[in-house]
Amino acid sequence: MPAVSKGDGMRGLAVFISDIRNCKSKEAEIKRINKELANIRSKFKGDKALDGYSKKKYVCKLLFIFLLGHDIDFGHMEAVNLLSSNKYTEKQIGYLFISVLVNSNSELIRLINNAIKNDLSSRNPTFMCLALHCIANVGSREMAEAFAGEIPRILVAGDTMDSVKQSAALCLLRLYKTSPDLVLMGEWTSRVVHLLNDQHMGVVTAAISLITCLSQKNPDEFKTCVSLAVSRLSRIVSSASTDLQDYTYYFVPAPWLSCKLLRLLQCYPPPEDGAVKGRLVECLETILNKAQEPPKSKKVQHSNAKNAILFEAISLIIHYDSEPNLLVRACNQLGQFLQHRETNLRYLALESMCTLASSEFSHEAVKTHIETVINALKTERDVSVRQRAADLLYAMCDRSNAKQIVAEMLSYLETADYSIREEMVLKVAILAEKYAVDYSWYVDTILNLIRIAGDYVSEEVWYRVIQIVINRDDVQGYAAKTVFEALQAPACHENMVKVGGYILGEFGNLIAGDPRSSPLVQFNLLHSKFHLCSVPTRALLLSAYIKFINLFPETKSTIQEVLRSDSQIRNSDVELQQRAVEYLKLSSIASTDVLATVLEEMPPFPERESSILAKLKKKKGPGAVSVNELEEGKREGGELNGGGERGGDGSAIAASNASTPSPSADLLGLRTGPPVTAAAPSAGSLLVDVFSEAGVNDDGFLRDLEPPTESSDSLLAEGPGDSDSAPPSVVSEDPATPLPESNELLNKFVCKNNGVLFENQLLQIGIKSEYRQNLGRMYLFYGNKTSVQFVTFTTTVTCPGELQSQLNVQSKTVEPLIEGGAQVQQVINIECLTDFTDAPLLNIKFRYGGALQNLTLKLPVTINKFFQPTEMASHDFFQRWKQLSQPQQEAQKIFKANNAMDTEVLKAKLLGLGMALLENVDPNPENFVCAGVIQTKAQQVGSLLRLEPNAQAQSGEQMYRLTVRSSKDTVSKRLCELLAEQF
Amino acid sequence: MIGGLFIYNHKGEVLISRVYRDDIGRNAVDAFRVNVIHARQQVRSPVTNIARTSFFHVKRSNIWLAAVTKQNVNAAMVFEFLYKMCDVMTAYFGKISEENIKNNFVLIYELLDEILDFGYPQNSETGALKTFITQQGIKSQHHTKEEQSQITSQVTGQIGWRREGIKYRRNELFLDVLESVNLLMSPQGQVLSAHVSGRVVMKSYLSGMPECKFGMNDKIVIDKQGKGGTTDDSGKSELGGSGKQSIAIDDCTFHQCVRLSKFDSERSISFIPPDGDYELMRYRTTKDIILPFRVIPLVREVGRTKLEVKVVIKSNFKPSLLAQKIEVRIPTPLNTSGVQVICMKGKAKYKASENAIVWKIKRMAGMKESQISAEIELLPTNDKKKWARPPISMNFEVPFAPSGLKVRYLKVFESKLNYSDHDVIKWVRYIGRSGIYETRC
Repeated sequence: MPAVSKGDGMRGLAVFISDIRNCKSKEAEIKRINKELANIRSKFKGDKALDGYSKKKYVCKLLFIFLLGHDIDFGHMEAVNLLSSNKYTEKQIGYLFISVLVNSNSELIRLINNAIKNDLSSRNPTFMCLALHCIANVGSREMAEAFAGEIPRILVAGDTMDSVKQSAALCLLRLYKTSPDLVLMGEWTSRVVHLLNDQHMGVVTAAISLITCLSQKNPDEFKTCVSLAVSRLSRIVSSASTDLQDYTYYFVPAPWLSCKLLRLLQCYPPPEDGAVKGRLVECLETILNKAQEPPKSKKVQHSNAKNAILFEAISLIIHYDSEPNLLVRACNQLGQFLQHRETNLRYLALESMCTLASSEFSHEAVKTHIETVINALKTERDVSVRQRAADLLYAMCDRSNAKQIVAEMLSYLETADYSIREEMVLKVAILAEKYAVDYSWYVDTILNLIRIAGDYVSEEVWYRVIQIVINRDDVQGYAAKTVFEALQAPACHENMVKVGGYILGEFGNLIAGDPRSSPLVQFNLLHSKFHLCSVPTRALLLSAYIKFINLFPETKSTIQEVLRSDSQIRNSDVELQQRAVEYLKLSSIASTDVLATVLEEMPPFPERESSILAKLKKKKGPGAVSVNELEEGKREGGELNGGGERGGDGSAIAASNASTPSPSADLLGLRTGPPVTAAAPSAGSLLVDVFSEAGVNDDGFLRDLEPPTESSDSLLAEGPGDSDSAPPSVVSEDPATPLPESNELLNKFVCKNNGVLFENQLLQIGIKSEYRQNLGRMYLFYGNKTSVQFVTFTTTVTCPGELQSQLNVQSKTVEPLIEGGAQVQQVINIECLTDFTDAPLLNIKFRYGGALQNLTLKLPVTINKFFQPTEMASHDFFQRWKQLSQPQQEAQKIFKANNAMDTEVLKAKLLGLGMALLENVDPNPENFVCAGVIQTKAQQVGSLLRLEPNAQAQSGEQMYRLTVRSSKDTVSKRLCELLAEQF
Repeated sequence: MIGGLFIYNHKGEVLISRVYRDDIGRNAVDAFRVNVIHARQQVRSPVTNIARTSFFHVKRSNIWLAAVTKQNVNAAMVFEFLYKMCDVMTAYFGKISEENIKNNFVLIYELLDEILDFGYPQNSETGALKTFITQQGIKSQHHTKEEQSQITSQVTGQIGWRREGIKYRRNELFLDVLESVNLLMSPQGQVLSAHVSGRVVMKSYLSGMPECKFGMNDKIVIDKQGKGGTTDDSGKSELGGSGKQSIAIDDCTFHQCVRLSKFDSERSISFIPPDGDYELMRYRTTKDIILPFRVIPLVREVGRTKLEVKVVIKSNFKPSLLAQKIEVRIPTPLNTSGVQVICMKGKAKYKASENAIVWKIKRMAGMKESQISAEIELLPTNDKKKWARPPISMNFEVPFAPSGLKVRYLKVFESKLNYSDHDVIKWVRYIGRSGIYETRC
């Protein structure tokens, strides 16, 4: 027979391939291929049936032509025919052709599936393997549909050959990856897990890949694999290098299997069973011990295999984070690697150490390597290694070594790679702030930073310096002195000028006593930099100048001269021109008192997440430095800076008591009602004018920094709407019943904290509130809109009914007398004891021209004010969502949209609600999901929210579906009610 | 100006590399190889811009010639130079092939030094070059010192293409009119586009410094003379079919020896010819073209697996003339599995490597017709794409000028030597070839 005599050589194919290789040009190759294709076509077309050998040969040629990049549009049928051959080589070529060429939507798929099915049910292991490989290679959904049920059976059947089991496990893994919904393990789970006990190492290796993948999706079902994996691991680790024969790689027993086992264990928490855990710890210790042994071979493969296991073990140790002993040993091991001559090892060691540094057990151990790491930062030739070294330094920093690390990083910064400079700057800035015990050190460091790497200092860094200097009285003098000195350098960076301008403008008076830094010297110094700066900086400097006029009246004429010069007052830049004109007018018209009020020292900034930290997070993306570490840092930073925060609060209260409210708060009352201006006496109108002007300026001024309070523009936009809607008759005598529209007013404040609560022709009540944990503080501003004084002005806050036990409200008394056009402030402290639904009532009584006015409002205190936002990843969110699955925990509402569906507006509202708006969590990008924890004194109530807008609901109206789930049913219900009114 | 010149073989290996300017680096050599020769898609444009560098290439058999520049040069000039370069090389060592180039390595560098100076093209006239670049087979005819000292003055002189003191015993002159006719025709026989590009190639063996004058049936000249009352009775031609008197030339270019000022003012072509081979002029016409052959295709699809093709060709010129080297190429579908051909005349064969039926006829007289019919069997495929039906193309050679161009006279004047126009033996030949001659089916 020809097939036998010709053997498997396929001479025709060899000749064809050598012909192609000998072609001198592309054209010649195409000619040769065309000829061959014509030949194959005539052979396939020919009436006499081809024998298996020729079929195989021609299909092979077609495959070769296809792989050369030519289209093949025939021969599929012949390839499918080959599948039913009994010869291995023919079947193999058939499967090969199909894996490479057949796409899933082909009509032939049914025939192919049939052939595969036959092979799978045959008892011939090689045929079964071929079929499994084909399924895995094609891996389409159709294949999964047809065979997903069959393969697990083959995998766990007792009589299946080892090689087939291996293929089946990997094939199943592939199908699971492409269409997880079709691969249902259910009944097979335990038997698959028991494959870990298989005699054959190959089967174990294949099965473990499958199990790792499956257990990531449903960890609980595969929990039993932990103990099996541990025992398997211990057997491998304790075996001598000769025990495993085929699976020993350069004297390392089964390195791949060990790595996979260790990785599987990383999917689970430490085993609870003491014996298992002991065994595992023993294994890990053995691995660490082995690393200390002298290498059995000088070959690089030996050390690679060994180190692979070691690093996998170390990441398991870090993952468990519960064995101090192991953590320290791992750290020491990594410390050795830090000085290894292999660059890759040093890189890996630095990277692993970063995670080790965040563990409380090994933090100290990591710190011992600080010198080595600093050395690495300075001497490594590869920038990626240096980057890791910088990361590690950042991670290992704490109060004890902060000064050293910051100093080292600063000195390195001068020579650092441009690609990592910005990140280094941010890190230095964060560390300096976080561990600053002595704030003069902090100021020095940051100013140094700006001096060394000014170009890489982002806006956030210098914003932060100013926030801190303003919030801390004790450094202001020092800061002013230092920036003054720094500015004396002939060339200083623009960021330095910005910081200098701002700080001298605020606190220049603190150093004015020294004749070397007299006001005029300060001004001249700043002004000498003016012309070298960009427009935003110049604008800032102009604001600093007007502040100078306030601080040092003796500089007034000089500064007015500067402002009056054509280069300012006729500047082509609108912003600069406006500032110059306004400041000039302000300085020449307003009395010193007015100036002092308008240009008062900036109020302390509210404590918030450090803007630099946010920037670093954004820059690094998730995963680079563990987010926990950053959170921890933030918390620590908050504690450390707590003193400053309290100081800030204190001064704010002091300001309000002195009844010289800060400009931004005052604007709230006075700027919103244009009719007032008309009715008000001349003194009042002047005040209003000045304020509005100052307000604009102030706005501009604040635009450079992040404004400490909500921008007054937005208040202006929201304010006036109410003044018309509130008729005077609402002033009722009955103190118990609130105004009819007070519910509506309440709803207005669900998503915002500041604004105008109430307004009629006599009175305007502005509100400003802040909440932290379960505590809240509310500032109420009562503005007298008339020219006549209010007498016996009293306010009382009551908690009706059961609210008394839910909310603790304390209010300070207010001045009983409000002059015409004046404004008084009241502070109300609120403590949330447990969750509540009603709102406390505010009763206001006063006499206006003899008539008693009495009105009752609801204070806008709603449960959502006590939210703490919680960031979480997508799977966390859905896991928690599922946990809150009891029917009473969920509240749902479907309602019509009151306003247009504007994504930005919706986002702003949800953010105002106080929950964290989670991006990229819901599969549908239209939907919004939020998470937060309500802090009450009694308990914490976790809540999740999902808002699904539907722009094209039936009847053309826009609808929303709001679902709230929280651990307490009343909370869900109340939140749902509150929110339903908002959209 | 040209920055450098490279010659590659088919694999993209550099055979010759000559850089004239500093702005062209060594990496330019690789850039062209990677982006053009080894490009995934076949590069069709002869000009390629890679990283602000322009590459102009021509291909001769398997050899790539590429001129490189970073400046904004006249592309036509560069291509003219490349063609000249090919002509010069052919004149020196015959066919341009890898082996010939390798064997004449030194010569080529010498030529490149001479015909390009700092990227500016110099004298590329083969006759002149051969006087001072001598290699192997080409021996300098004059060895005397005086003659060698003349080379400089001659090459740099006004008539750089011809040296003084040439003497022949027999003054002879050969003139070939070579034309290629291009056609695209619809299946119904409608001409979609047609033009003729022609060349007048001469070979002159004339003594001294003769002044020549060339006349043809250019419409403008004939009309002018017709107005002037002189009738030219040689207008009757023995050429194919048309008895037309004159032709309209769309555009033409001349050899540098032609006095352009005279052509502009009098439209007469007068020149002092170079010695030996040269191309006097090139021209193009688009009107009143004589199409030597007409192809009538008939394609019928019988079911999914069979195709019947019948093609008739008709010769359309004087019966006394003979067309030669006729070849008709009928494309076949890509899934052809077998072909049966029947033809009355010539030989036809299915060439699988080219996906076409090639029908060859050695000779065919005018006003005849011949036909071929073929049955093509097809293999059913899963591909639903319909066959694009590429056009049927044709090659031939006919002994007349399809444009209708005719040489009216070629006069030679040599005042200093004692031979006149009548003593010169003149040979004129017309050859019409097919360019891209296609009929859609």
